[in-house]
Amino acid sequence: MDALEILFTASFWVAAIRIASPLIFATMGELICERAGVLNLGIEGIMTAGAFAGWFTVYSGGDLWAGVLVAAIVGAMFGLLHATLTVPLGLSQHVVGIGITLLATSLTYFTYRLALPEVTSPPKIEPFQPLPIPGLSSLPVIGEALFSQTPLTYLAFVSVAAVAWILYRTPIGLAVRAVGENPSAVEAQGISVTGIRTGAVAIGSALMAVGGAFLTTSAFNSFFFQMINGRGWICIALVVFGSWRPGKALIGAILFAAFDAFQVRLQQISGGIVPYQVFLMMPYALSILALILVARRATYPKALMIPYQKGER
Amino acid sequence: MLPFMGEVGNLAGGDNPSPEATTLSLDGKESLPTSPLPVTAVSSKPALRLSGISKRFGPLRANEAISFELKRGEIIALLGENGAGKTTLMNILFGHYVADEGTVEAFGKPLPPGDPRAALDAGIGMVHQHFTLADNMTVQENIALGTQSLWRMRLDRAAARRRIEQLSADFGLAVEPAATVSTLSVGERQRVEILKALYREARLLILDEPTAVLTPAETDALFRTLKLLVAKGLSIIFISHKLHEVMSVSDRVLVLRSGRLVGERETGSTDRKELAALMVGQEVKPAEVNPVKRGAPLLALERVSTTPYNGAGLDQVSLTLTAGEITGLAGVAGNGQAGLAALIAGIRRPTTGSISIAGREVADWSPRAALAHGVARIPEDRHAIGSIGDMSVTENVIGERYRSPRFSRMGFLNWRAARGFAEKLITDYEVKCPSPEARMRLLSGGNMQKLILGRALDPDPTVILASQPTRGLDVGAVAYVHRMLLEARDRGAAILLISEDLEEVLALSDRVIVMSKGRLSTPSSRGERSIRQLGELMAGHDGERGDHAA
Repeated sequence: MDALEILFTASFWVAAIRIASPLIFATMGELICERAGVLNLGIEGIMTAGAFAGWFTVYSGGDLWAGVLVAAIVGAMFGLLHATLTVPLGLSQHVVGIGITLLATSLTYFTYRLALPEVTSPPKIEPFQPLPIPGLSSLPVIGEALFSQTPLTYLAFVSVAAVAWILYRTPIGLAVRAVGENPSAVEAQGISVTGIRTGAVAIGSALMAVGGAFLTTSAFNSFFFQMINGRGWICIALVVFGSWRPGKALIGAILFAAFDAFQVRLQQISGGIVPYQVFLMMPYALSILALILVARRATYPKALMIPYQKGER
Repeated sequence: MLPFMGEVGNLAGGDNPSPEATTLSLDGKESLPTSPLPVTAVSSKPALRLSGISKRFGPLRANEAISFELKRGEIIALLGENGAGKTTLMNILFGHYVADEGTVEAFGKPLPPGDPRAALDAGIGMVHQHFTLADNMTVQENIALGTQSLWRMRLDRAAARRRIEQLSADFGLAVEPAATVSTLSVGERQRVEILKALYREARLLILDEPTAVLTPAETDALFRTLKLLVAKGLSIIFISHKLHEVMSVSDRVLVLRSGRLVGERETGSTDRKELAALMVGQEVKPAEVNPVKRGAPLLALERVSTTPYNGAGLDQVSLTLTAGEITGLAGVAGNGQAGLAALIAGIRRPTTGSISIAGREVADWSPRAALAHGVARIPEDRHAIGSIGDMSVTENVIGERYRSPRFSRMGFLNWRAARGFAEKLITDYEVKCPSPEARMRLLSGGNMQKLILGRALDPDPTVILASQPTRGLDVGAVAYVHRMLLEARDRGAAILLISEDLEEVLALSDRVIVMSKGRLSTPSSRGERSIRQLGELMAGHDGERGDHAA
């Protein structure tokens, strides 16, 4: 098979959208946090915790959607912890974020070991099944790629529309954007900066955790260590790539996922002449290139990473 | 739903007679009153009453038992030097700070302390000295922020736009609602701030140093707006340290000094002199100028050109600064003054031409070379270039000379000497600052400038570059800076004074040069050219501009 031919196969695009789904959730989550002025480096750990919480709920007999909900709640809890430290206390967002990632990851592994001390191979659950949308799913290529996915993938796309609507069309979205641009302007209008930022970080973290849960309840059917594998960090880059705009970030996520799906297929046809690590590297190298081209002129939220203390001059 | 977050969509109609009423309609949405201003409500009840307000920051008494009343439809000016406590008082009023003692009453009702939202609800709007706008958002977004319930699913943008346009038209505050704030001029941004307050039905407007950032034309426009606002029943507190503005815009003047209310005058029955005396605590005498005693030329620029820097670049400029003389450089901002200052300070190098110090050409020109050759610098922007806000006073005052053996030995700083130096400057220059360890940005503009002046003058420099040395300073500090510059001149320093304040240039300079489009006019000695002649040179029409040595 020719390398270019891959791009026209439906199975390639199905895989790309599937790979993109968790990235979309987590990117939207990070985007909300950053729009409110808080860099959430806890993303990697929160995704890990979400992946486990979602899977474990289902494994313990819960419904799949209950798993997603539990993941979101666990994510929101870690988000609240992050927000408590970075917003009212104004601690360094970098340090707190990395701390949250380490804490959430370790706590997850620890809980896994406590809950399942005996297992050697990860137990499986019955994950979300593809849900073809009648009519649309019979369109050529697009039908299979976009409309024959699992419900959680559809939810990922819905989340982009919802985040965009909230940010640009609602009063609270206006407040979130303003708090990331100039918190004192928000305070002067009688809105609590702490409230808005804390809320944004909690909701954003919940989305990240759902992104993690996608991996265990939709893409795969079990939880294993290291399964987030840097996806959280990619999402931070995707937010920058998308210039803090939901639509552009969505395109970025799909683009990255397409590179990833592409390199897997290239490995198969290259016949082992090129070391496979080169292909593994490709999406990341291309991301850096895309960042250089696209994000240099991005206007980032002005108050990003700047803690706000009321009454300080 | 929060009480003040109304349904703005209902506002454009214009038929609700009561300004106080907030009606709750059947669908649960609140509607604010339709008239933007309580025109009918001019009564004898004061708009504002402050009783015995005191506030301390550590040992500093920012406000001490301040009481006054503001009538409806009145403009009072709050006059005082920097650090007199004006801004603190207004921040208490607006709920940013909590007073240690005293109460605030707005429109007959007590105002809970420390609650900006309560102040907004009571109809108090504040236009801060440093605007509180989100730059990357539109005018409309900035104004509508927080005016609709946060839990509504849809922001009513059309209604917000209609209302902003209506208010703009009513009060002559022209601004495009869809424009991004970062593209607006300073004057326009201020109009947005005023609109923000009006949009929220402010009946009492506090303007903190509103003219500090405006051009004269913008200031006039602002004053017209203020008159219009009080004519429609608003009350205004105008904070300023500029006497002529206070005289031209206010009905009544309150003078603050060191946190106390030291005087209250009807504007019609006082004058600038009396107010200045009240403000400073003593009569302010204009600086006395001794006859000039010129010495040798100390710094010479020979046909120097530079690339543009914050305005025009220099174009074949020749200039000689002579010992014992103040050379005043007048001109409209952006005509190359910034470039000339950067060149002399060593920040920029010439593309062509030469620089000589005491007759010897200097090949390797840099900030360090400038300092080493005895050039003292008072930079135009004391916050951006003149100091490092988050470092201490001590660190700032040794910033230019920490390498000298006085402050370091073998690569180790001598903190004892540094602290001693900072303490000396604080005493000698009467700087109000809690300690040498205080962060620089906590100091007021005047005190910061005194330290920068002290840092520059201490090594007894031969050449002094003073760029806008009194910009934004109060009367007392201006007089102080002028006196220090004249003393340095009498000691034999060559001084280049760059200022946009023509009065200042004329008062201090032994020689005046006008800069226009990167070139210098011929010099004129004290009193030789009239203000009008200088104005014509500044505007760029002349016949005598040359590239000859000045």
